[in-house]
Amino acid sequence: MIEVQGLRKTFNKGKVVAVDEVSFSARDGQITGLLGPNGAGKTTTLRMLYTLLNPDAGQMRIDGIDPAAEPLKVKRALGVVPDSRGLYDRLSARENIRYYGRLQGLDKATIDQRIERMAGVLDMHEFIDRKTNGFSQGQRVKVAIARALIHEPRTVLLDEPTNGLDVMTTRALRGFLQQLKREGRCVVLSTHIMQEVAALCDRIVIIAKGRVVAEGTADELLRRSGRDNLEDAFVQLIGSDEGLLA
Amino acid sequence: MMSVFAKEVLDNFRDRRVILNTLILGPLLGPVIFAVMISFMTQQATERMEAPLELPVIGAENAPALIGYLEREGVIIKDPPEDPEGAVRREEEEIVLRIPADFGSAWRAGQPAPLELIADQSLRYTGTTISRVRGYLNRYAGQISQARLQLRGVHPDITRPLQISVVDLSTPESRGGMLLAFLPYFIMITVFMGSMHMAIDTTAGERERRSLEPLLINPLPRWQIMAGKLLATTLFALLTLALGLVAFVVAMGFLPTADMDMALNLDFRVAALAFALVAPVALLAAALLTILASFAKSFREAQSYMGMVILVPMIPSFWIMIDPTRTETWMTLVPLLSQNVLILGLVRGEPLNMAWIGMSLASTTALALLLAAIAGTLYNRPKLIFTSD
Repeated sequence: MIEVQGLRKTFNKGKVVAVDEVSFSARDGQITGLLGPNGAGKTTTLRMLYTLLNPDAGQMRIDGIDPAAEPLKVKRALGVVPDSRGLYDRLSARENIRYYGRLQGLDKATIDQRIERMAGVLDMHEFIDRKTNGFSQGQRVKVAIARALIHEPRTVLLDEPTNGLDVMTTRALRGFLQQLKREGRCVVLSTHIMQEVAALCDRIVIIAKGRVVAEGTADELLRRSGRDNLEDAFVQLIGSDEGLLA
Repeated sequence: MMSVFAKEVLDNFRDRRVILNTLILGPLLGPVIFAVMISFMTQQATERMEAPLELPVIGAENAPALIGYLEREGVIIKDPPEDPEGAVRREEEEIVLRIPADFGSAWRAGQPAPLELIADQSLRYTGTTISRVRGYLNRYAGQISQARLQLRGVHPDITRPLQISVVDLSTPESRGGMLLAFLPYFIMITVFMGSMHMAIDTTAGERERRSLEPLLINPLPRWQIMAGKLLATTLFALLTLALGLVAFVVAMGFLPTADMDMALNLDFRVAALAFALVAPVALLAAALLTILASFAKSFREAQSYMGMVILVPMIPSFWIMIDPTRTETWMTLVPLLSQNVLILGLVRGEPLNMAWIGMSLASTTALALLLAAIAGTLYNRPKLIFTSD
């Protein structure tokens, strides 16, 4: 469960306002989509949630924990697949995941057991013991997800997770996110792709120019904009089609 | 923290190129090249000293007595080349002796008889030959002047108002120390080179491959992640240092030190002491290079910074080499400089000054820890985390 109230972040000593008065909530057992054109402030919002940036103003709670006050506790509660998904090329996929397991403070037996299970769910058996040098985008994303979820967090944040993936891998990833949702986790993903939100998300938060311009289910958003498809609704709500095709 | 350390070590040991460069070529190449060079130079010098001296002479018929003396001394008198100046200039001959036609008349008149040595003194390799020729000529002149004085009833000692003798207190060890003057320089470079790759890979490299942001999302204080990286870098620096010192001890064992009338005070005990002295520098180098590399966005950018930083450890070494001074207490308080002067004392076989060693260790460790503490705060700056922003 994530609750965000009046979040604000500026760069360059206040000259650039990246996130302005952003408020939304994301519930357990649901997939929440942060939808917005490139540069709308999605990534900055997520970075504040996973404590790599400090907000200038506003309140955040993740399962009741304040990231600003207890960053380590929040990091244990979160599983994050950020926009940067670099792996260590000289280590095998298994070693990459194991490293994060250790950093999460898990013992060896738990790590091994979870890697096995994750390899099954994400279909990684074929390449789990290969060095990640030369992996395809799809294989890399799978490893990045596995290492981010090794500690079985209750809340999962994904920044543009389907970026650079082919159709098949995207489908598999969506299936995996649905499964996380069925397990009762709180899943938040950011994207600029309409279809993704329509296919996946229970709740949609539309962000444009650092502000939340609309929030609700797909149906609610259609009703509010008075349009009959989500793409038109999106353009109507953010007030332009700028950045949509990027 | 230890997980980070273990991973960085494993990760970098996997890279065969890194291992080859930092752990094998780096520390081993220097000593080997040095040993080969010194042996070669000594051998050349001895050969030059002992080989029979061949001397082309122009106008040998003008001074038969002098030529006879030179031949008795074992000098091989050769016919002169047609164009003596040109031959020397073209480096066909090292030196040519010209005896002018008026040599005989000046000699008989009791005036200084002219002799010309044609040589190019800027060619360093001719130095030995020139001084050998001068030596023969001076001894000949000495004998003649003594004979002339005695003939006139004057005791030759009258022309020697002073008798100077130098009581040389240098020991074979201290003379060997002169040869090892470059050793501190080499050791410092080894330490910095040893930590360089690792410092870049764990910071700028991590950023370049976009793995730093996910790494920092793990529930560890950021300073601990940095500390793990620093430890791994320091370990590499220490390994390189140890290997370099061992290589040096072994390589110097092959030197013909007896021929040079020297003894190299560089055994494993001295090497171990040097290791202990320089160990804090490993942390210092690791922290300094890590701080710099953290500001770079890519491997290449970091490497270009390193080129300049690598000059830092050279400054004190060069200063000591160019302007050798007595060790003073304040020197032992300056990191990098203190290691230089103390290692020099060590290889000269001077007694250990525990206070100096303690001050050097303490001051260097303090600076190293300060830099490490600064490094530990770096990942609190968002600018150093994100690849694109």
